[in-house]
Amino acid sequence: MRELKVKPIQNGTVIDHIPGGAAMHVFNIITSSEDIDSTISILMRVPSKAAGKKDIVKLENKEMKARELNRIALIAPNATINIIKNGEVKKKFQVELPDVVRGIVKCANPGCISNKNEPIDPEFKVLSKDPLRLRCMYCERELDDVKKYIV
Amino acid sequence: MNLKGKDVISIDDFSRKELEHILKVAKKMVPVAQGKKDLKLLQGRIMASLFFEPSTRTRLSFSAAMNRLDGSVLEFGELEKTSVKKGETLADTIRMVDGYSDVIVLRHNSEGAARLAAKFADKPVLNAGDGTGQHPTQTMLDLFTIMEERKKIDGSHIVFLGDLKYGRTVHSLAQALAMYDVEMTFISPKELHMPKHIVDYLKEKGITPKESQSLTKHIKSADVLYVTRIQKERFPSESEYSTVAGAYRIDLDTLEGVKDDMIIMHPLPRVSEIHPDVDGTKHAVYFRQAFNGVPVRMALLSLALGKEGQV
Repeated sequence: MRELKVKPIQNGTVIDHIPGGAAMHVFNIITSSEDIDSTISILMRVPSKAAGKKDIVKLENKEMKARELNRIALIAPNATINIIKNGEVKKKFQVELPDVVRGIVKCANPGCISNKNEPIDPEFKVLSKDPLRLRCMYCERELDDVKKYIV
Repeated sequence: MNLKGKDVISIDDFSRKELEHILKVAKKMVPVAQGKKDLKLLQGRIMASLFFEPSTRTRLSFSAAMNRLDGSVLEFGELEKTSVKKGETLADTIRMVDGYSDVIVLRHNSEGAARLAAKFADKPVLNAGDGTGQHPTQTMLDLFTIMEERKKIDGSHIVFLGDLKYGRTVHSLAQALAMYDVEMTFISPKELHMPKHIVDYLKEKGITPKESQSLTKHIKSADVLYVTRIQKERFPSESEYSTVAGAYRIDLDTLEGVKDDMIIMHPLPRVSEIHPDVDGTKHAVYFRQAFNGVPVRMALLSLALGKEGQV
């Protein structure tokens, strides 16, 4: 049987250097903000010199904006973004976590108003980027395990 | 300093300078709160008093504060008969009440409820306690009481005693005191320790509180003893509760050898944690503390409604 390779995309966005195994979280984050109907390829546990294993997510014919992509810094702080045009890398940058994270993680405190049936998105203030520390803007509790509470 | 329109949600939103300004205005309000002076500062203004949880002192002192300044109070009466019971969101209730009043006072059982209210209301929102979270106006009256009784906060050793886990008043007060140069000691049964997020907050602000289960070891060096109620329902059995509660009871014997000017505070209601014999001592300030809720809330209402220049 012929080995199936994922071809390089001609136009779109490549999210590289995602920690091994975290690609599905990245997929959830990028598809939570808008409907994406283009082809999305997910490569998991690709050998990497720097990280041992890494994941890669490719979106065809879709140029994601930096503001949307920065949200994935929550789980992939070292991810790099490549914007591809006509088969060439047009722009390359690293994700950067915003000062306030909205609608991506939920509060761990069941008594928090953001976990009740109210018309608001959970919101967190980024206290520190490394190590990652988030504090709920509503109940003011710090989130212990961010990955566990990604929406 | 202009605090017009400022929401009072969390003590963390205030600088020491702002807190001191509020206490200064509260001091001027004392004769009005005592009924010795008339001040029709908030005539024609309406305070919506939204208490989703039972409250005696906070609700009454907010109403007293508004009435003393000739304003009116809007209440929704029994919760059972409101649209909240029909499933209305807090956001919708707030948007409605925002149109009926000039300032909103909110007590709610969910943490962060007041922050949500402030987001949906144009009028200033005053947090009167949200779940086990913040109770900033109580904290301000606690600070006011320490200032009134001891003339200063800096340099004090504050000992917190009792239920430090669930008591929101101690959480807010500890955070506020972190703005001052104080020593803090937390004394509680092991089941009711000060939550980690509060201790971490204090450490970030440069204060490392002592934590202990023994009152006798620390009471003699205390300048302020802040006592809270240990609630029966936190314990699996009546006997466990009695043993623990008994170990943290203040009576005349406990006060042997304490500093002459040490004050005992309590957010009330008390059950048996302070023996009535203590009430007559010079250390007991908890009833004056309860009164202080009125001038402090008068100050907050006046400041939030932009009447500062007329105080």
